[in-house]
Amino acid sequence: MNPSEPPPRGAYLRADLWDWSESEPSGGRVSGSRADDEWPADDDDQVLVRPYMVTGGRTRPLHDGLRVETVLRAAPGALHAPLQFEARRIVELCQIPRSVADVAVALSMPLGVVRVLVGDLVVGGYVAVQAPAEVTTKMLERIRERVRAL
Amino acid sequence: MSAHSDYAPASYHDDVPVPTSVKIVISGGFGVGKTTFVSEVSEIEPLMTEAAMTEAAVGVDDVFAVDKTMTTVALDFGRITVDDTVVLYLFGTPGQERFSFLWDDLVDGAVGAIVMVDTRRAEDSFPTVDFFEARGIPFLLAVNHFDGAPRFDVDEIREAIDVHPRVPIMECDARQRASVKDVLVCLFNEVLNRRAGHYPSAAGAR
Repeated sequence: MNPSEPPPRGAYLRADLWDWSESEPSGGRVSGSRADDEWPADDDDQVLVRPYMVTGGRTRPLHDGLRVETVLRAAPGALHAPLQFEARRIVELCQIPRSVADVAVALSMPLGVVRVLVGDLVVGGYVAVQAPAEVTTKMLERIRERVRAL
Repeated sequence: MSAHSDYAPASYHDDVPVPTSVKIVISGGFGVGKTTFVSEVSEIEPLMTEAAMTEAAVGVDDVFAVDKTMTTVALDFGRITVDDTVVLYLFGTPGQERFSFLWDDLVDGAVGAIVMVDTRRAEDSFPTVDFFEARGIPFLLAVNHFDGAPRFDVDEIREAIDVHPRVPIMECDARQRASVKDVLVCLFNEVLNRRAGHYPSAAGAR
């Protein structure tokens, strides 16, 4: 990478896949991930960012109730807000409804880190959280039929 | 959300309905076949990570304590878009005891659970079964077939794991999509039966 150029998108995110045990990431599955495919990294230039660096070291979200399956949606106009890189990516992704887990996968970031970032966006009014809806019998029947039809 | 939505930025549409997310969990010991199971039916690559803190750092909300005490855990994660209004999420729970602190978060709010059993290590599923029984979460046992593993009949497995007679036990081949679908359909039947009050919760009934 030429030092005068901005780092490629994902250079920071890739670092979050770092496995502190210095071995292959768990099960070797992370190494074959989307992140590797999209952003072939030059090992010499790899930027290492510890997972919670992007949260300023915070490990607890400001907003409670962010489950893995909680559906998020950006507030209208949130794209125009002055947000930092990761937060902006989340707002971009959540232009359509996405779960916390989907966001974590898209960013290749650990769940806990994403939860802190999303919590900030929720508190700031940039991202809305869908209140958990009651899972009705009808929904469960529809899921069952969908699975059967797979 | 399209069935195969990628993660490209999308333009904002007010008229996109916000789907209800429904969660089930797939649990079982390490290497029991959870990843294979989830990937057979998921519309996305089952890949999610968590930076798990080791015991020394749990509860210490401090960047310096986090340093060097973290391991990135791969979590199984699958998605099936049912329609515009409902999305089913499948989450695998890490089997190892040391990741048990991730459990509450993954399991909280789940409508049902699948406990995958390897007959060579049936005892691995004891804590999981206890957990779901205590919480009153509908679950079933899916005995994953491994080549060369001893075959037991359902009664033997029920006795070995000591589950309530009404908890369904199925044989499963996580490499076969049809088999995975059967297990999921059976789980939703179980969830619906429990809701309809066809029989009391297995919790406390032993």
